[in-house]
Amino acid sequence: MTAAAPRSGEAIFSSFERVNAELFTLTYGAIVRQLLTDLEEVEEVNKQLDQMGYNIGIRLIDEFLAKSKASRCVDFKETSEMIAKIGFKMFLGVSASVVNWDADGSCCSIILEDNPLVDFVELPDTCQGLYYCNVLSGVIRGALEMVAMKTEVTWIRDVLRGDDAYELQVKLLKQIPEEYPYKNDE
Amino acid sequence: MQFFGGSELSPSPPTPTGTGTENNSHMIYIFNRNGVCLLYREWIRPLHTLNFQQDHKLMFGLLFSLKSLAAKMDPTCADKGNLGVPQLPGQGCSFHSFRTNTYKLNFMETPSGIKFILVTNPGTGDLRETLKYIYNLYVEYVANNPLYTPGTPIRNRSNNTRHHTFPSLF
Repeated sequence: MTAAAPRSGEAIFSSFERVNAELFTLTYGAIVRQLLTDLEEVEEVNKQLDQMGYNIGIRLIDEFLAKSKASRCVDFKETSEMIAKIGFKMFLGVSASVVNWDADGSCCSIILEDNPLVDFVELPDTCQGLYYCNVLSGVIRGALEMVAMKTEVTWIRDVLRGDDAYELQVKLLKQIPEEYPYKNDE
Repeated sequence: MQFFGGSELSPSPPTPTGTGTENNSHMIYIFNRNGVCLLYREWIRPLHTLNFQQDHKLMFGLLFSLKSLAAKMDPTCADKGNLGVPQLPGQGCSFHSFRTNTYKLNFMETPSGIKFILVTNPGTGDLRETLKYIYNLYVEYVANNPLYTPGTPIRNRSNNTRHHTFPSLF
């Protein structure tokens, strides 16, 4: 019996219960504002956003797998395509594309067409080092770690810092195979 | 049949094979990839031979070995590791169920390493859709629950009531 193909991002996105986009954007903005007030250091805020994203990612992966009925990806190329085409579409409603593959297929860039997190946002001069959307890099890192891939996700281009697009670089560090967790003498 | 409030969960529970009135399922286990038993419920289990820790370890070990064996014996896959070499979760073929003359054990593993085991009467048909449905429930109530720490056993009271009504689906 052939496995069913994963449902397309568009189909899942339209079957989900959705929240108002502005509410989402403003809530995220309030979170970042509060973090800046609490932590004051821009680097600390970046780290905290990444950690928050990681915690979201480790749960999000199950929701993604259940709703999209995806099975195990054969290689990292397929994984990035899944993230860009189905993942981003399903959860944020944005289309993304995968470009800039390096020679051995372990590093790629995901370019987001638009980004609902940054509507209405401008970075003031005091926060120039801030990666406003760092939560997204944490989400991808957390989600991939739960499917046995250790990755490093960084922002290459960010419109809030003056570039022309949102580009995330995802680099596969290693795949972690499943090991028998119990000691043999028990 | 809706037994929880809120939006309709999709897909809807699959229609069961066999009669709908008797309770077909004996036990359910949910493990994560580190061998932690997230959930264990039993409805019909006349014989207890081991304490819970040993029982969970035995079950997890059994599944681990069976998966390894099934992947190794796969006639279609060209690249196979040696038996016992750790595999990525979900890689290679995976077994769905095994049946003895007194029970049938149905199994599903997600790529994130969550394993669902349902032990039922031997007469039940293919329960893969049902296990997928349970996975959706897991996502909705457990993964999305902000009070739940991933990797710890599921303890929420409302989850218990949900699982009590669950066997009536079969």
